[in-house]
Formats: sequence, structure tokens, C-alpha cells
Amino acid sequence: MSVLLGRDTRVLVQGMGREGTFHATRMRDYGTKVVGGVVPGAGGTTREGFPIFDTVSRAESETGANASIIFVPASGAMDAMLEALDAELGLIIAITEGTPVQDMLKVASVLDRSASTLIGPNCPGAITPGECKIGIMPAENFKPGPVGFVSRSGTLTYEIADLLSRAGLGQSTCLGIGGDPVIGLPTPNAVRLLNEDSATEVIVIVGEIGGSAEESAAEYMRANGKKPAVAFIAGRSAPAGKRMGHAGAIVSGNQGTAESKVKAFEAAGIPVANAPSEIPRLVREALRS
Amino acid sequence: MHSSTAASARARVVFPLPVVPTTETRLTKRDDILGTPVKLHEYQAKQLLARAGIPIPDGRLATTHEEAEAAARALGGTVVVKAQVHVGGRGKAGGIKVAKTPAEAREHASTILHMQIKGLRVRKVLVERGAQIASELYLGITLDRDRRRPVVMLSTVGGIDIETVAEETPERIARGWPDPLVGLLPYQARALCFDADVPAAQRNAVADIASRLYGVYARTDAMLVEINPLFVQTDGSVLAGDAKLEMDDNALFRQTELRDWKEISPDEEVEERARALGFSYVQLDGDVGIIGNGAGLVMATLDAVRNAGGNAANFLDVGGGAKESVVRSALEIVLANPKVKSVLINIFGGITRGDEVAKGILSVITTHPPSIPLVIRLSGTEAEAGRKLLEGAKLVSKATMDEAALEAVTLAVSA
Repeated sequence: MSVLLGRDTRVLVQGMGREGTFHATRMRDYGTKVVGGVVPGAGGTTREGFPIFDTVSRAESETGANASIIFVPASGAMDAMLEALDAELGLIIAITEGTPVQDMLKVASVLDRSASTLIGPNCPGAITPGECKIGIMPAENFKPGPVGFVSRSGTLTYEIADLLSRAGLGQSTCLGIGGDPVIGLPTPNAVRLLNEDSATEVIVIVGEIGGSAEESAAEYMRANGKKPAVAFIAGRSAPAGKRMGHAGAIVSGNQGTAESKVKAFEAAGIPVANAPSEIPRLVREALRS
Repeated sequence: MHSSTAASARARVVFPLPVVPTTETRLTKRDDILGTPVKLHEYQAKQLLARAGIPIPDGRLATTHEEAEAAARALGGTVVVKAQVHVGGRGKAGGIKVAKTPAEAREHASTILHMQIKGLRVRKVLVERGAQIASELYLGITLDRDRRRPVVMLSTVGGIDIETVAEETPERIARGWPDPLVGLLPYQARALCFDADVPAAQRNAVADIASRLYGVYARTDAMLVEINPLFVQTDGSVLAGDAKLEMDDNALFRQTELRDWKEISPDEEVEERARALGFSYVQLDGDVGIIGNGAGLVMATLDAVRNAGGNAANFLDVGGGAKESVVRSALEIVLANPKVKSVLINIFGGITRGDEVAKGILSVITTHPPSIPLVIRLSGTEAEAGRKLLEGAKLVSKATMDEAALEAVTLAVSA
């Protein structure tokens, strides 16, 4: 099994609305063990063949689920994440966009005291190609292989996975961690998981302007790196003070600039691609060294 | 990187840390922001402080110089006339003036109400009773992204130069990171006062104000709440001299009262219209219009344009699963910018379908053909179907992001 998710992962879907049900089906088609859905008040019914439960705790005890994916709308996202944490699911992935920042601060406070891993919110999810997909990414862009991949973006992740797969560079696990200012698995923590993962031979770190997670990840790799890494920072041409779509992607004062991130990676001996199209070449070079 | 600064080494307010290595939090620059906050005017923020029991100067809002004069007369004595605009640096721009008499207040209000500060017209002034200032403190609460905690900051060096203090002598600012599940506890508020060397006579009052300010922060879903300066008056009392509050846009669904206070400045109008249509738009300075799906991909597209020697005119993310109508409105908004000389559409389909994108573009091309060239790169879900639909249409299709960016830049230059 690779990082966080694999053949033994048993997934619950919190929020079986149109989107939740659609992606539950897509994940099942991929081979993910989707063991049920949670819809308060609809327990005992089924949707698209998935058994539905009233609470996460009941679903967990009846299905042996050890992971969940959350499609609950922003107003209920904190509650859904806390419910999953309370049920001690090992892996929780929140797809929901637009969660209030102070809700995420409360979730982070509970998360810090738990043994669970939370990915997201506002993320595409995670995939161990060929084994398990917990997310909304188009699976055909991902192929099994040695590249561990962490990204704050959604679509850009698909683009880069596609470039890697076409170049014959498959992926061990891809973690789409989300673009919000407060997230469950910040870049440095994700990088650490991939650094410790035996199936990963090289790490690709895709960051964005804003915050200092990339700098921390670079510092972590400088001190603890067991394998080579390659980085890309989106938003190098963005002006300060303008929020680039993601709530987290903003240069504030002299914080969060692309220059500072590029400098940190270079100081850690991690080459930074100027464009996504350069990543496969840099990865190949890293694997050769 | 995670070197502990003098400030954090000295601060006794230490709470459990997440595993992420941290860097020092800087004060948010007054004009800068995290996220897209809803900014409040000083008088609105002060209303929230007063409701929480924080002492504020007696004041009246005025929209004419007559009202300002009447306010000054009612307040009596020396007053301060303060411009209410959503920009920092209004004092330096002449937007804050002291008046000794009602006639003088009238005169100042008349001047200030005709001012434009950083392009924003002043429409309201706050007339406040002048404080008897002995010293100035700084008190603020914002988000510490690295620690994933709110950070409360207190300093006995207050006033407009607080950013310089933060930059040059960060040890003069005491910081504490309360657990949002329990809020700022009394011992933490006290510790901040001790760490900042708040004089004994004001310690209880300042700790009390810090606790109440935390309440405002939590109740309003603030991204930033700041009292700067926090006056210590000659009689020893403490008073909020100024107030600043920025809210989290994502929380507006439950902040119904504050939602109505949202004001949109002229340069935010297009961005606001885009938001209402379901996508995210940011105006930039270049001449290559950009449309893409996903914030990261659009940022990378902006960078690709820069790499090709051009400059993007905007950031536009149609979001996930954009339908034909959204794509159409997006293209219309980009084409409405007179600076745009070519448009680059970069779609990597996941939830977004290439055929929907193609239909949106076609409906613009067929109803009102643009006079500038369009370059498109379609990949991913239903890209093939999309390209088929676009066959014969007046646009350039490229296979990769880099090729498309180069083409769009070349076309903009030769236009």
C-alpha cells in the first residue's frame, strides 16, 4: 500500500447529493471500495447500490470504513469534518469549496489532537493510481509509477499528472491538498509522507503564491530529504495584493511571493520548473541522479 | 525558517503547535488582505466594538458639512473629523483633521467630503470627541496560517508605524495563539499584557478589551480585527482610537447583518459582477485576455504568457463544471476590456467538459464576432468533441499550454 490510500481503504461518502452520488459511482468504477454513504434521515435506503446511513459512526461500525470523502455544502462542512474525526476515520478528504476560515481553525484544533489525516477542503482529493481514488479527478490522467505528487491546485494537478503519464512517469500517490489558507494537510506534511513512502522515488511539489508552506517544505527536504524532488510554483507573474482565485493564493506585503519560494527550493537543491511542461524532464533527471 | 525570534522566545503565551515548521507572522499591511475580506468603515467597526463593551470615543456620522458642524456642537470641545473610506493611509492623505470649534469642524468636513483618497471619493465623515492622549497601544487579531491559529498581538508601541515596528523590532509585539475552540482565556489576555509591558494601571482594562475584541473576531467571522491606536488617556482610561475589521467572504452566508455593510468600490465592480455570474475574475495590466478552469491552471497560464514575453490582461477562472452560459459570459467580460488584443482560452477538462466550453465560445463568435484573435487549447474531458464543434470557426487551436500562450502573445504584439 502506498501513502494514505490503497487497496485496503474502505470509503464512506458524506453528502450523497447529485455530486456526491456521481463521484461515488465514478470512484467505484475505478476500483475504490466505496462502502456506503451518509445522509442524515435517509439511513436504511440505498442510492446507486450504496447503502445509506444516518451517521458516520453507524456507517463506520457497520461497514468497517476507514476513510471518508465529504461533499457536504460549505455551511455544513465543519460539522461533517468533525463528525468524521469523532468517528476516528484514518483519512478524511473534504472536497467542499468555500468553508469559512474560522470553521477550519476549529477543525484544525481538533485535528491536531487526533490521529486522523485530513486532506482539503477545496481540493480534488487523492489517488494511488491503479489502486484507489478518493476524489473528483479524471482518473485517466493518472498512471501507476514512482512519482509522489503533492499539489495545492486542482486542474493544474490533472494537467501535470497527464504530462507525467504521457512521458512514461507514473505516480505512486497524488495528493491534491487544496487552495484554502487553512487546510488539513499542508504542503510540508504531505511532502513528509511522500519522503517516508517506499513506493515514492521522486517527489513533485506543486505550490502557489501565498503563505509559506512551500518554504517550510523546502526546509524540511533540505534537512531530511531521502529522495530527489522537483518543484513548480504557479502565480510567478501575479502582482501583490490580488487574490488569484484561491483564497490562499495572495501575496501579502512581502509574504508568499514566488521569489521567496523559488529561492527556498533552490537552497534545498530542488530544481524549480519554469512551466509545467518542464516537469517531466526535471523528474527524469532527478531519477537518474 | 523556523528560527524562534526574540518575540516568540520571550512570549510566555505558548500553546500546542501543529507539526508544521513555522515562520514569524507579520502584521498584515493595512492595505493588504488575506482572502477577499469585506472591509468595514471605522464607524461600523466601532459600532461592533461598542456593542461588545469596548470603550470608544463619543461620535456622530455626517454626510454634509452642516451635519458635521451640528455634530461638533453636540459633542462640545475639540473634535476630530475623520474620512470614512476603505483605504489605508487616510491620515497622511489629509483625511483626518482636528477642529477646536464647530465652525472649524464644518470647514474641515467640507474639505474632506470633497476629497478623493487613492481614487475613492469620501462620502462620509466621522466626527468624534478628541481624546486626551497619554500613550498609544496596538491590539490586533488575525490569522496565523502557519500555526493554523488566530494570533492576538499587543504592543505598547502603537500608532501608524506599527508595520515598521513589526519589521524592525518584532520583539516589541507580544503574541498569543488562542485555541479557537475555547477562545482567548483570561490568563492568556493577562500574559499578553505582561509580555507587552502594559503599565500596571492599565493592565486589567487592556486585558478586558483584548478578551472582548476576541469575542468580536469570533462572532463576526473576521479575518482581521484591529484597534490601532488604542489610546491610554491622561486620566488613565483606555479608549479605541481607531478600529478596523475585515470579514471572511466565505462566512457571509451566516453574517447577515454585516453582509449588508459590504460596499463595492468602482475597481471591484467587474470582479463582483463576475462573482455573481459564477466565476472568479481579477483585472490585471496586460493585453492578453485569459480564460481557464481552476485557479492553479489559470495562474500557470498567466505565467506561460509571461514566459512567452507577454502580459496577461486578467485572471479568469470559470471554475469546475462550467456550462456553456458561464463560458459565454466569461468571454464577453474579457472582450469588454478595451486593452485586450488577443484572448487565450486554456481548458483542461475534468468536471469541465470541452464540448460545453466550445458551445459557449461558438455562441459569442456567431452572435457578435470579436474583432481580436482567439487562441484555444482544449484538453481532457470531451476535448475531441469540443474541437470538432469549433472546426471552421475563426480561432486558432493549439495542442499545449506553452504553444497556445506563445501564439496569443504573438497575435497581441502584431495587433
